[in-house]
Amino acid sequence: MASASRRRLTAAARQVAGVAFTLFGLLVVTFIIGRVIPIDPVLAVVGDRASPETYAAAKAAMGLDRSLAVQFGLYFQGILGGDFGTSVVTTRPVADDIARYFPATMELATVAILIGIALGVPAGVLAASRRGRWPDHLVRVVSLLGYSTPAFWLGMIVLLVFYATLGWAAGPGRIDVYYVDIVTPVTGLLLLDAALDGEWEILRNALSHLALPALVLGGFSVAYIARMTRSLMVEQLGQEYVLAARAKGMSEARVVWRHALANAAVPLVTVVALSYGALLEGSVLTETVFAWPGLGSYLTNSLLNADMNAVLGSTLVIGVVFLSLNLVADLLYTLLDPRVS
Amino acid sequence: MRALFANPVAAAGMVIVSALVLAALFAPWLAPYDPLTQNLDGRLAPAGDRHLLGTDALGRDILSRLLWGARTTLLIVVLVTVASAPLGLVLGCVAGTLGGWADIALMRLTDIFLAFPRLILALALAAALGAGLENAVLAIAVTAWPVYARVARAETLAIRDSDFVAAARLQGASTWRIVRKQIMPLCVNSLVVRVTLDMAGIVLTAAGFGFLGIGVPPSTPEWGAMIAAGREYLFDQWWVATVPGLAIVFVSLGFNLLGDGLRDILDPQT
Repeated sequence: MASASRRRLTAAARQVAGVAFTLFGLLVVTFIIGRVIPIDPVLAVVGDRASPETYAAAKAAMGLDRSLAVQFGLYFQGILGGDFGTSVVTTRPVADDIARYFPATMELATVAILIGIALGVPAGVLAASRRGRWPDHLVRVVSLLGYSTPAFWLGMIVLLVFYATLGWAAGPGRIDVYYVDIVTPVTGLLLLDAALDGEWEILRNALSHLALPALVLGGFSVAYIARMTRSLMVEQLGQEYVLAARAKGMSEARVVWRHALANAAVPLVTVVALSYGALLEGSVLTETVFAWPGLGSYLTNSLLNADMNAVLGSTLVIGVVFLSLNLVADLLYTLLDPRVS
Repeated sequence: MRALFANPVAAAGMVIVSALVLAALFAPWLAPYDPLTQNLDGRLAPAGDRHLLGTDALGRDILSRLLWGARTTLLIVVLVTVASAPLGLVLGCVAGTLGGWADIALMRLTDIFLAFPRLILALALAAALGAGLENAVLAIAVTAWPVYARVARAETLAIRDSDFVAAARLQGASTWRIVRKQIMPLCVNSLVVRVTLDMAGIVLTAAGFGFLGIGVPPSTPEWGAMIAAGREYLFDQWWVATVPGLAIVFVSLGFNLLGDGLRDILDPQT
């Protein structure tokens, strides 16, 4: 017993060490990308009419006159202290910018993943239990279509149809202009803040703005979750306990939804965590189309303005969140499945 | 080849991908107009007899730009694949065969690359490298090889202890020879499946680059850039942005179908 728990602890420690190493690697990669830039970062700050002295002073202040190793040390130290440098465009510290934009992305991604689970899991279960028949083919085709559609284009199409033509949902942005800055920002999640303030009109407006981008983003996780659910369920339905349950005369619905799904649930948690990470990726272009003021918009905006501090800061933060989600998925898997040790 | 056409999914994918290749090869002869010629009197024309798919904001024929755009798309897909797939195959097979430190080093390295969402790493790299088709290709290729290395390694681990590998070793074959003659040929199948499925993603990433204005120069016919140019007119002249998007979905779906079907054929156990 003692040795088993020790083994588990060693495994967890090894996992954490692996993650720490990968985190360090992330830093090295962003640092290297930052050094490849053909744009002179000093020039971007002082402007091209600065005197040689000003230029040299700025260069020294940015630490760019020292060796690469020292520069990396400074970069590493800065990041540990939460210093990502200053954004050239917003002139604010990148860390502040990220803290400001991140909640909007989280709100969008969370609603999207809920849509993904609500539609993807039943679709996958249905496909697996009607394997080889039309529901299965339908789910396969629809999810392949989902994998093949560019998010930014789909975003434009739903705006054209549901906003411009049918008028069912609000347009780009997170909220109508005249509602901006009314609710007290407690969590940064507008839906929650509006509900806490009891501002129902604002909540309705925010939901109407959220609907389309969340549907587009959620659509992609539906495709992924449905496919994964299907293959997990196909595996479960081939097990002997299913045969035994059917032989006992248990109804097919009960076999599928209660027994097989319960056993597929543990790996499904991993799938959901991973697709939550994939949503961060999808949010970059989706946010751009919907003018959603999140990390994705911030990243693309910085990209277009060659604001490398902001680009690398957000890239790093997204990498860390992605990595943490993977770790959580792994740990949950170990925690929920008693057979894994 | 016969197996390819017996599988309806793979066959459908094959037809679409062939259509892309044909459009790219014969664009100069198929396109009714020059893709770059502007005609400001006939701008934003809807689909009709003169322009089958209408014209864009500068009066350029959308069908012609679409056909020439197939060249850009195919070029990016081919270049990324050539740059990343052999690299991933060799690294994965060598690391898997050698085991030990080489294997650990490769796994740690791919861990780092896989820790970034691919599109975001590619975007950051492309931003750092600057504009240009070759930089876009490089940025996408850098994010593609780790997956291939992983696939090749996993496959290698499954076969490296087989008797035929041991037999080759007993006959005095060098490690490199074993990798080249025994291991690599058996890893190719699963890699082909993975790469084909990935091509769908490369089409989407390339289109995303074009949409954001990174990568190819502005006037080049490129589907993502065409969508971006049509965004301004979305609510009034919807076809300008819609048509190139359909082309992207069609081609990406083709690669997905082909890859999915190939998996059924080449990799029956999964």
